[in-house]
Amino acid sequence: MQHDLVHAIKSNPKYHELVSKRNTFKWTLTIIMLVIYCGFILLIAFNKELLAQPVFAGPPPSIVTLGIPIGVGVIVSAFVLTGIYIHRANAVFDKLTREIKEEVL
Amino acid sequence: MSFCRYALPILLLLILAGGGVLAAGDPGGATPRESLNIPAIIMFLVFVAGTLGITYWAAQRTKTAKDFYTAGGGITGFQNGLAIAGDYMSAASFLGISGLVFLNGYDGLIYSVGFLVGWPIIMFLIAEQLRNLGKYTYADVVSYRFQRVPMRTLAATAALVVVVLYLIAQMVGAGKLIEILFGLPYNYAVIIVGILIIMYVTFGGMLATTWVQIIKAILLLSGATVIAFGALYMASDGSMNPEVMFEKATDIHDKGLAIMGPGTLVVSPIEAISLGLALMFGTAGLPHILMRFFTVGNAIEARKSVFYATGWIGYFYILTFLMGFSAIVLLTGNPEYAADPGAATWTIKGGQNMAAVNLAHAVGGNLLLGFISAVAFATILAVVAGLTLAGASAISHDLYANVIAHGRIDEQQEVRMSKIATITLGVIAMLLGIVFEQQNVAFLVGLAFAVAASANFPILLMSIYYGKMTTRGAMLGGWLGLVSATLFVLLGPTVWQEILGFAEPIFPYKNPALFSMTVAFLGIWIGSVLDNSENARQEHAAFVAQDVRCQTGIGAEGAASH
Repeated sequence: MQHDLVHAIKSNPKYHELVSKRNTFKWTLTIIMLVIYCGFILLIAFNKELLAQPVFAGPPPSIVTLGIPIGVGVIVSAFVLTGIYIHRANAVFDKLTREIKEEVL
Repeated sequence: MSFCRYALPILLLLILAGGGVLAAGDPGGATPRESLNIPAIIMFLVFVAGTLGITYWAAQRTKTAKDFYTAGGGITGFQNGLAIAGDYMSAASFLGISGLVFLNGYDGLIYSVGFLVGWPIIMFLIAEQLRNLGKYTYADVVSYRFQRVPMRTLAATAALVVVVLYLIAQMVGAGKLIEILFGLPYNYAVIIVGILIIMYVTFGGMLATTWVQIIKAILLLSGATVIAFGALYMASDGSMNPEVMFEKATDIHDKGLAIMGPGTLVVSPIEAISLGLALMFGTAGLPHILMRFFTVGNAIEARKSVFYATGWIGYFYILTFLMGFSAIVLLTGNPEYAADPGAATWTIKGGQNMAAVNLAHAVGGNLLLGFISAVAFATILAVVAGLTLAGASAISHDLYANVIAHGRIDEQQEVRMSKIATITLGVIAMLLGIVFEQQNVAFLVGLAFAVAASANFPILLMSIYYGKMTTRGAMLGGWLGLVSATLFVLLGPTVWQEILGFAEPIFPYKNPALFSMTVAFLGIWIGSVLDNSENARQEHAAFVAQDVRCQTGIGAEGAASH
């Protein structure tokens, strides 16, 4: 990429808006995913009993344990997080990118 | 057309080989599953004929290097999502995870979760960036602002190590699986897989590989859906209520209620975190997966692919979980699915990995069994084709065109080289498959993920985000990650103790990623900070332009116009 084009983009305020908004957002989502997953792994490592507890204490107690909705929940959360990212990227980041391109190209 | 000239005779040979085996079929086979499975073979031949048709179609459209490596960049996000899911849903995950659930219950879910959570990270941190910075391989991104020769050599070596480890595991798994499912001898199976994938990749390039992968993903998802819900219906007495199925499963299983919670899979917190890191970040370093992001038109399609892929893969893992539990209910104790109906204790026919296959028979008889066997074979073909293409690209695009020839060869020479590399890799895969037949290869996939997480992923992530990284830092960290992951696995309990038979492992953990990733990132950081060369200054300066292209996609490789 030519030096002047890089300079023009770098000095465009919308570029800074795009970069800071997207960076904050994507690193936040990354940390949320890591916390969810590491939390799950740490539960398995340190508190197996909690995951083996019935969802409904009963009587009679349910066969389905807390571990099942939690495990399936981690899977679903991964999908939901990708959906949230797409939604905001479509609405905000792509619009900013288009505007930057229109202004500098 | 060169395709017709070669493809038809080879296809005929294959069918003749199949016919020869049919004729020599083992009439007195000890167990029914090891005799020839005719519906499965017919369905598989239909799949092969269809995919060769696609390869013929793709061969007409594969002319340039861009066509060969990236299908011309014209795959949509939805299609690519299915293809990525196809690459990821290997026979090992389909049969292995449902088998693990069948054996241990809840523990199987822990693996699934680990395999899935890497995808959002890929979307947030690398999918769009890869698409904006690269052309054909992830090494393009890694060498974007660094010294070409050392960076390409490192990236291509790490890619090839991962590809070859994965290939060995796939080929051995293929041979064994096909032996059980189709009654074909092991070596035949390995050779058929090798010849077919050489044809797909050499003639049809990425376009054929992608469509083979998409078709297989659709077949596998529909087959698994039918089995999982059919089995849930049967195991819950028609109520479709998982609670009923779980209740029966805990009554039947030896471990009783213990299968409803985490068991012995995860013992120490360090092993757990280390395994989790390898599964999560290894995914983001698999060359055949990363290559898929260059097949779409732009960064928007790239992130869309991850969204679809995550959905399909997550759905698939939930199905394998259901299958494992309903297999406990429907198969356990049933003499029809016993390894030896006369034995005092019941064990499953074909071993734990055959739980899903036996379950298919319990749900839909020979027809569904045949279908799912054909799909399992197709799955191996598609995954091996994707791996071979990724390996061939590392050889032709990274090592040959950029390292050996210093970019001074034309496109046609590069495409020719990639075809030679494909054939070579295909032959090597067949040989390795035959050589490793009697070896325990289960640890190889774990090693492949550990290397991907400790070498490929750190250099990729840091080259995108760490403006102060230098070639020297990447070299130090990348090679250290590659070597340490390999050494730790070789000196650890799985290889040193269990396979080589030494009393005590030298490295105490089965899963090295926590340590080898730390070594890699520290290596990159220290090597970069201590680098005061003129070169380092230029690389820092070049980060600005790289970052602008990465953030906006201005200057990125476009889709082919045709």
